[in-house]
Amino acid sequence: MAVCVAVIAKENYPLYIRSSPTENELKFHYMVHTSLDVVDEKISAMGKALVDQRELYLGLLYPTEDHKVYGYVTNSKVKFVMVVDSSNTALRDNEIRSMFRKLHSSYTDVMCNPFYNPGDRIQSRAFDSMVTSMMVQVC
Amino acid sequence: MEAAAGGGCGSGPPLLLSEGEQQCYSELFARCAGAAGGGPVSGPPEAGRAVPGAVTAAAGTVADLFRASQLPAETLHQITELCGAKRVGYFGPTQFYIALKLIAAAQSGLPVRIESIKCELPLPRFMMSKTDAEIRFGNPAELHGPKAQIPYSVTEKNTFKRMDDEDKQETQSPTMSPLASPPSSPPHYQRVPLSHGYSKLRSSTEQMHPAPYEARQPLVQPEGPSSGAPGAKPPRHQASLIRSFSVEREPHDNSSNYPEEPWRITEEQREYYINQFRSLQPDPSSFISGSVAKNFFTKSKLSIPELSYIWELSDADCDGALTLPEFCAAFHLIVARKNGYPLPEGLPPTLQPEYLQAAFPKPKRECTLFDSYSESMPANQQPRDLNRMEKLSIKDMADFPVPAQDVTSDDKQEQNKARLALKSTVDEALPKDMSEDPATKSGLLPPPPALPPRPCPSQSEQASEAEIHPQLNRAPSQAADSSPTKKDTPYSQPPSKPIRRKFRPENSATENQEPSSTVGGPASAATGKPHTAVQKQSSKQKKAIQTAIRKNKEANAVLARLNSELQQQLKEVHQERIALENQLEQLRPVTVL
Repeated sequence: MAVCVAVIAKENYPLYIRSSPTENELKFHYMVHTSLDVVDEKISAMGKALVDQRELYLGLLYPTEDHKVYGYVTNSKVKFVMVVDSSNTALRDNEIRSMFRKLHSSYTDVMCNPFYNPGDRIQSRAFDSMVTSMMVQVC
Repeated sequence: MEAAAGGGCGSGPPLLLSEGEQQCYSELFARCAGAAGGGPVSGPPEAGRAVPGAVTAAAGTVADLFRASQLPAETLHQITELCGAKRVGYFGPTQFYIALKLIAAAQSGLPVRIESIKCELPLPRFMMSKTDAEIRFGNPAELHGPKAQIPYSVTEKNTFKRMDDEDKQETQSPTMSPLASPPSSPPHYQRVPLSHGYSKLRSSTEQMHPAPYEARQPLVQPEGPSSGAPGAKPPRHQASLIRSFSVEREPHDNSSNYPEEPWRITEEQREYYINQFRSLQPDPSSFISGSVAKNFFTKSKLSIPELSYIWELSDADCDGALTLPEFCAAFHLIVARKNGYPLPEGLPPTLQPEYLQAAFPKPKRECTLFDSYSESMPANQQPRDLNRMEKLSIKDMADFPVPAQDVTSDDKQEQNKARLALKSTVDEALPKDMSEDPATKSGLLPPPPALPPRPCPSQSEQASEAEIHPQLNRAPSQAADSSPTKKDTPYSQPPSKPIRRKFRPENSATENQEPSSTVGGPASAATGKPHTAVQKQSSKQKKAIQTAIRKNKEANAVLARLNSELQQQLKEVHQERIALENQLEQLRPVTVL
């Protein structure tokens, strides 16, 4: 269960960002922003390697005291960043991967919509509902 | 009557109303009062108001009406205050009348003062009004001015249009959609050809509508008396269904027969959707690509987020393309949205592709018949084809005459003719053409239909194209026919461009053949072939051939002209495109949150 989910465009501006409302949203926005550096680092670490060889799932970007940040990059350099609570130890890598896969597939559905211009904010309700399903449910 | 209005309530200054004003205001008041569920409905307007306090107009409907007068909010506030409604807390007849008078004053440019109402004033004008009478009193020119600018709005009778507009506007205000984006301003609204079709099917069952739509009820009632007009419109409705994709509101509009199920597609609507689909994509069993659909649906003037949401709902398999059922669902949702229905949270079961495919197998059968054709109207519109085709030949018709290229079995001969004509030789005579391969090209759109309809075969050899065309046009001169033409043209513009060129030669060629064939009866078979004619060496044939050659030359000249025009247009479009791309580039990096 993520605490914050963000979709960042290739040019490093956010297309979609959503946090669990309990905490200070600004903190999450900041964490996502700083994680972009790590993502870029990981991408460029491949360097000369072909893009195909690079795996889409980047894994744990960096841990903080309370949260862990995971990253995922698509082939078109769109980044998905997910922040999860550190206390949620039951969350396994596989689950994170599957969450990213779902994100990616919803994102492609959004792309398929001809009325969506790449670079716009994502306002699709289907995407919203999918993200809600993977966010921490706040009662 | 005037005294009654003035003396009914002493809270306002004495109000002097002319006959017309009195009638108008009282009608308006009746509507507003009738819309109010709470207040007792006033009796016949002309009856004196014995108990003004008991008759009030609903504040909401009154507010809508005032907004419809298109005065700034400040002015409306002033008016409301002045007329005394604020003071007494309700809109009694006196207050209402005073308010209307003040509105008229404001619209005439007078300051909003009590003194203004003492003058002689024209009737207040409401762009979106609940009453037909209001619009009629109002300025028709205003309404139709903007309409005329709309490229693919079809020519309609005035009241027809007005009713559409007013109803459309009317619904917009009471019906709040959960989505943030209301449709564009009133003048941009286009007609409601669709809804008129629906009105035929729809009965008064709309009365049962849920709360948001009860505001429409006063509409329905006034529509009753004025329904003489709608009643006479069924034939036009049929045509209007096939008209341009302008989905405006209409009093009886709804997207369905059943008020409880606005998401059910009726047979008529289904037909319309299928026709539209065919106009975009000739093969009914394949897809419409995303960009094509986007261009098409953007014409509905809904906002992009709404369209995006509608697409999301209807593209079930999320493949970026619309199959026929998906397209119907999307179209239906757009129609519903235009008519004021809020968009559903999820795709209703009656709009699911499987359901649609199962529920309407018949259109598929039709589809197979017309598969080879680029566009087809129902077969019963064959008589219209001729008209449409003729419209093609009219140079000043900026629209592209794709619809004329309709496919009926009779038109196959024209396809052949088109091909031949393109070779710029007047060849086989018509009978021969007909006998040749029937359903040749789906790409080639059928030129003018058979000769029999041609009115004046006896025109002189020197009859120019222009002459012939008007003659042809006169033949099936039905106003309704022009609408199908126009309606389809907006959509079919891109594909029709190359085809139009073919039409011209066909038209001219056919006409060439026409006189030739009629003049040289026995030699008609050989008229086309110069070689044959030469061989036969009949003076009549020679003459016929020469005429034909002359006609062809004319056709060539016309075509050349057309070509240059189109080239010019192409250039302009290219420039536009470049400009837009530049804009896009500039805006792109700035698209940050």
